[in-house]
Amino acid sequence: MAKGSDIRNIDRRFIFVLVLAAVVWPLLHPLRLPMDISPPVQSVYDAVEAVPAGSIVMLAADYSPDTMPELQPMAETFIRHAFRRDLRIVVACLWPASPPLVEQALGPLSEEFGKEYGTDYVNLGYMAGGIVTLLGMGASIPETFPTDYGGTSVDEIPLMLEVENFDDIAFVMEVSAGTPGTREWVQQVQSRFRVNLASGTTAVGAPNFYPYVQSGQLTGLLGGLKGAAEYEILVGAPGDATSGMDAQSVVHALIVCFIIFGNIVYFVSRRSEKRLAQDV
Amino acid sequence: MATIIWTTIGAILTLSVYSFLYKDNPFYKFAEHLVVGISAGYYLVIYYFNFIQPNVVAPVFLLRIGNEAIGLGSSMWWLALIPGILGLLLYTRFFPKFGWVGRWSLGIYVGGYAGLGLSPIMQARVLNQIGANALPLTSITNVFLIVGLLGTLTYFFFSMKHKGVLGVLARVGIVFLMVGFGASFGYTVMSRVSLLIGRVSFLLHDWLHLI
Repeated sequence: MAKGSDIRNIDRRFIFVLVLAAVVWPLLHPLRLPMDISPPVQSVYDAVEAVPAGSIVMLAADYSPDTMPELQPMAETFIRHAFRRDLRIVVACLWPASPPLVEQALGPLSEEFGKEYGTDYVNLGYMAGGIVTLLGMGASIPETFPTDYGGTSVDEIPLMLEVENFDDIAFVMEVSAGTPGTREWVQQVQSRFRVNLASGTTAVGAPNFYPYVQSGQLTGLLGGLKGAAEYEILVGAPGDATSGMDAQSVVHALIVCFIIFGNIVYFVSRRSEKRLAQDV
Repeated sequence: MATIIWTTIGAILTLSVYSFLYKDNPFYKFAEHLVVGISAGYYLVIYYFNFIQPNVVAPVFLLRIGNEAIGLGSSMWWLALIPGILGLLLYTRFFPKFGWVGRWSLGIYVGGYAGLGLSPIMQARVLNQIGANALPLTSITNVFLIVGLLGTLTYFFFSMKHKGVLGVLARVGIVFLMVGFGASFGYTVMSRVSLLIGRVSFLLHDWLHLI
């Protein structure tokens, strides 16, 4: 039998246990590994800081519970950042599962900052239609979202009386897990209406959107848990994303070790097989 | 008390799903079917109240909202039936004999989306990106970007054999593509690990209160 063939047939459950240990251990015993702030995240923070107090900003929440670990910290931190700067928030969703997730963040944060529903923030809930909805919002947000998440007519909501279309929105933060999401916002809204748009996406999607940052179509980008953690640090409110980054780093180091180890085993066993073939 | 019960149910379901990593088992199957069933029910209600109710049922069967006559109370109530009927036609594919009728709806749907999408996609994904890559070669980053762009484009240029200068550029393109794939893979790993961290945090923090 060639050298290394036993280890190549290792039970994959052994790897699962190691990965689990690499996640659990740093969560129980935080390592507080250092973290740099990347320019796209800094740009998001700077863009929100540049919006004058009292302005209306939009949180476009397009995600579902399966991506909460990455995206919920982004939404929470954006809401915290906006409330702290006295910005008023309009929430609009193109994903049906998003409105209750945003409610989870809005509830405690509005209490913490003493913000009032209808005056300081509003959750318009979900509207079906994808890009058609986005185009409708470009013409009239109240007509596209005639009621809020709770079913109240937008005509009865004071904040919405100041909103007609994207001209009244100083900044849009799009938190997106897929389609419709960041791509549709860039294509249909940013390119047509020239809104000040930033995005927070899952790490899987992030590489697709960095070209939009480079071209200036996105003001900034939060990519995955790391982007969320950096944003939390900038806003001065380390939370779930920051506490998860130790585990993230340890697992990444472990996976790098797996890759190196796998390659060594591969080359050793290949050489061993060649020798065996020559001997025969 | 209710929180403890719901958190425990969530924890049991989380462990049931992850038990698949050991091997397929009835706990995993139960959790899987539960997710599928609940999702189907949730989305059915959401879509009914967001698509069918406001766009078909209300405009046709309601008589008025406030002072405004709508639905059967107005002369234009039948307009709302058109998208409703087109939607229903999509289901004719379940009947092979009449399946072709569904293509009308599909044609309108595809045509509409293509029309809405074409111009913005050209603007956002082609013209703006070309503009963003027309950079002066005044910094190493810009040179790197232009070389990578030209190399990658050359790799996908199949009308001439990749020999000589073209071959060199195509090889450079492959290197950039590999780096791109590596970055994508890294981000994918990060994303999947984040989901695991989220679930483990839930178990350790919300359920067991260990952190």
